[in-house]
Amino acid sequence: MNSSAPRPAAAAGSRAGMKKELPEHFRSYKHVWVFIEFEQGEIHPVSLELLGEGRKLADQLQVELAGVLLGGCGAALTGAAGICHSYGADVVYVVAHPVLADYRNEPYTRVMTDLVRKFEPEIMLLGATVLGRDLAGSVATTLQTGLTADCTELAIDDERSLAATRPTFGGSLLCTIHTLNFRPQMATVRPRVMPLPVPDTSRTGRIVEYQAELEESDIVTKVIDFLADRNSESAQLAFADVAVAGGLGLRSAENVSLVRDLAQVLGGDWGGSRPLVQKGWIPSDRQIGQTGKTIRPRLYIAAGISGAIQHRVGVEGSDLIVAINTDPNAPIFEFAHLGVVGDATVLLPALTEAFRSRLAVNRLAG
Amino acid sequence: MRIFVCIKQVPDSAQIRVHPVTNTIMRQGVPTIINPYDLFGLEEALRLRDRFGGEVTVMTMGPPMASDSLRKALTYGADRAVLLTDRFFAGSDTLATSYALANLIQKASDNWGKPDIVFCGKQTIDGDTAQVGPGIARRLGLTQLTYVSSIDAIDPSHGTITVRRRADHGVQVLQSRLPAMITMMEGSNEIRRGRIEDALRAASAEVVQWNAAAAGITDLGHCGLRGSPTVVKKVFAPPSREEKATLVGEGAANPTAVANDLITQIFARQPVLEGDLMHAAARH
Repeated sequence: MNSSAPRPAAAAGSRAGMKKELPEHFRSYKHVWVFIEFEQGEIHPVSLELLGEGRKLADQLQVELAGVLLGGCGAALTGAAGICHSYGADVVYVVAHPVLADYRNEPYTRVMTDLVRKFEPEIMLLGATVLGRDLAGSVATTLQTGLTADCTELAIDDERSLAATRPTFGGSLLCTIHTLNFRPQMATVRPRVMPLPVPDTSRTGRIVEYQAELEESDIVTKVIDFLADRNSESAQLAFADVAVAGGLGLRSAENVSLVRDLAQVLGGDWGGSRPLVQKGWIPSDRQIGQTGKTIRPRLYIAAGISGAIQHRVGVEGSDLIVAINTDPNAPIFEFAHLGVVGDATVLLPALTEAFRSRLAVNRLAG
Repeated sequence: MRIFVCIKQVPDSAQIRVHPVTNTIMRQGVPTIINPYDLFGLEEALRLRDRFGGEVTVMTMGPPMASDSLRKALTYGADRAVLLTDRFFAGSDTLATSYALANLIQKASDNWGKPDIVFCGKQTIDGDTAQVGPGIARRLGLTQLTYVSSIDAIDPSHGTITVRRRADHGVQVLQSRLPAMITMMEGSNEIRRGRIEDALRAASAEVVQWNAAAAGITDLGHCGLRGSPTVVKKVFAPPSREEKATLVGEGAANPTAVANDLITQIFARQPVLEGDLMHAAARH
């Protein structure tokens, strides 16, 4: 509840220094697991990103990396398991059952807890998606273990335990959290926070099929319809090679078009900071930052954005960050690679024109 | 209908600083509010009560001053407010918090009857974990319905409910059974302006206060720091990068010159990108 003022310090003072031995019954818990989100016949990219991260943790611990794949159709799951192998999984636990065809909390929680009790992983990672957040809290509570949400960094410490770092207190600070005496150590990570690994299709691995004992009649919640989103325009923002975003420095809703124009010339996508959503200048699915989308483009251009921590954690994975801001002391210049001190509404049109002619000249030359 | 609404009192501002020496969070002087995500559940609860009759009980766990938020909830029209407060709960992580709140709900059920629905916030603005609601549902065996954008049908006498739930790639329409733990999506409704009568009533209403023993919690090993499997080892400000942004275009004659300088710098650092953009442009 974080109510008393010095909570984290009290925690650090009274507990962190006196790590007890891991209870005997948890010592057999080994290996790193990634819950593979598989819906509408597709693996959610966050699960592949987590396989990349899980691979590093497993290598450091010298244990196996496993994917856990639940769904309704065995054949589709086998195909998906192959993808997990190519992204680094040594083994994939496959649970096929008609009751698992659509995600529902109750049967998924039951199967995941059964699997943990049977196969005893020491670490379990899930995507911090709607599905992952719905499932993780239920699984952790059933297993009575620790769960750290929305991690931005995962590491193994000297004592072989998971050090999970996340933003805290509204994104103004970071904290590192450990689950010392319970297993598995659970963590969720938001999409695009970790890089997508390069798949190796020659890589193979084992598949362990698990027979779940489920009866549809035992499950109280029924999915009676699914209204798929129409491919929203912004669906690709998180995966764009080039992203351009605007902040309050645009000064008016009309000037959002300057951001869109530049993105278009660069064949990229566009978004904005949280204040623009609050003002109603851009739709909420265009928000970039901790509470919006996390992006990792090769080039990110932030125009008129001051760069508060909550924006920073959403863009830090970009290869090259270019900032335009009138205030030379804006925090964005602390983490941007290239900066221009100036008015975004003046520079954006100039940049759009300059890129247009540069790319056109090169096209002629090429 | 009998409805419980779990709320949390949170700091209003992200302006929380760390003490440079002790590395503790300095929360003093920061104004508090009801976690904004909790208000969507509260409003939904009040609407259901207005439609079907019954009562809405708001509850929280926190320090004695958290009664301010409960009283605020009464001004919106909640019928009863309960505060669980005890030093044993200090330092609770999400697992210990859901333990305490599940016990609080149990005790409230013994006193006033079992709820048809427990509303929780989708997440809080200070912790952002979204774990306490599912934890409560799991402990009490409630149907878990998170990210609900609308309740399409509800029949308290038969214990059935149909909701729309915001999933990752679309909207799930779910038919399920009460009692349920529901978290509402932001924007699904708007908290009402409380009536004058409610404000007057709230000013003098009693906020029921229970400590751990009064809530029937005897196993303190599940509470607070002791009952929390997670341990915060370190709180720190994000490290600043060693090199700051290289400034471009200083002293340039006009915006076009600045733009050209900037583009040269961008492609100097990302040489492959230029070719890729060129190919992409050529395709259009």
